[in-house]
Amino acid sequence: MGALTHSFITEKLQAKFGDKIGLVEEPYNLLTITFDRSILLDLLNYLYKEDDLGFTFLTDLTGVHFTSPEDILGVVYHLHNLPENVRLRLKTFFPKEDPYIDSATSVFMSANWMERETYDFYGILFKGHPNLKRILNVDDLGYFPLRKEYALEDPTRQDKDDSYFGR
Amino acid sequence: MEDKPEGFEGPGFFATSLDKVVGLARKNSLWPLPFATSCCGIEFMATMASTYDIARFGAERPSFSPRQADVLMVMGTIAKKMGPVLRQVYEQMAEPKWVIAVGACASSGGIFDTYSVLQGIDRIIPVDVYVPGCPPRPEQILQGIMRVQDLAATESLRRRESPEYKALLAKYEIQ
Repeated sequence: MGALTHSFITEKLQAKFGDKIGLVEEPYNLLTITFDRSILLDLLNYLYKEDDLGFTFLTDLTGVHFTSPEDILGVVYHLHNLPENVRLRLKTFFPKEDPYIDSATSVFMSANWMERETYDFYGILFKGHPNLKRILNVDDLGYFPLRKEYALEDPTRQDKDDSYFGR
Repeated sequence: MEDKPEGFEGPGFFATSLDKVVGLARKNSLWPLPFATSCCGIEFMATMASTYDIARFGAERPSFSPRQADVLMVMGTIAKKMGPVLRQVYEQMAEPKWVIAVGACASSGGIFDTYSVLQGIDRIIPVDVYVPGCPPRPEQILQGIMRVQDLAATESLRRRESPEYKALLAKYEIQ
């Protein structure tokens, strides 16, 4: 690994974005930065275009739903600088009632399907996405299945025949 | 060797009802359409191959076109998104047609007690024979085919025109 150390990335981002950069952690030696969703596109563009950062590859994009201590949704981005082989994880959280975030498709084309999947399972709405509709589930599913608000054994489900399962 | 059906026999002639002759013919030339999505499909491949050999039961030709098939064999987990495809395949089959649900997933959703999986194919198409097992052994699949043979042998030629059958299809909103 060359000059692209964790402290270098952290200091550069904190200098550029100030208090919009939140918690910085290094679980399992993977630099993880929490940020405010308002700077998403500026942050991704900065990480992409700045010569000494060069995070030009979006490895993964997914959603997350936490119910405690607050009921919040989040989006997690995994970026990769391929020449330096340095990975970076970015997280942002927002209230479930306001599930909007900018689409990363203007920076990474590969975000298209990953954002559709995240919408499909968590109901996170990506502003500016070219085609935000369900991708894996049936179109008339009517809910976002990976949100934690559903009980594991939902007694109101209509599509299950309990007689097969001794319930 | 099939036993000949009940009838009157004399020197140089044999008389029986048309139902029985047609039933005998249908029973021993059932062409299965394998709709295999997972591990039950692997068991079906063993059933087709030389050791178990469904050709012994007249199912010599697995038909990969629904139009020429007699028995739809659904083997494996059917996701809700696959449901309309399965239903279209069923609708494309010509009468008379039978359906076998092979394995726990096709019969009831099996272990996949989840939002994305169809909880039994009988929610979208009528099923004649259910084969239990996860996955069932080839002998069990053969047993299922033999139960369909029993249905085919004894089915009245008019059954597919009957109000009961039409009501069954109407229940599934087919046609």
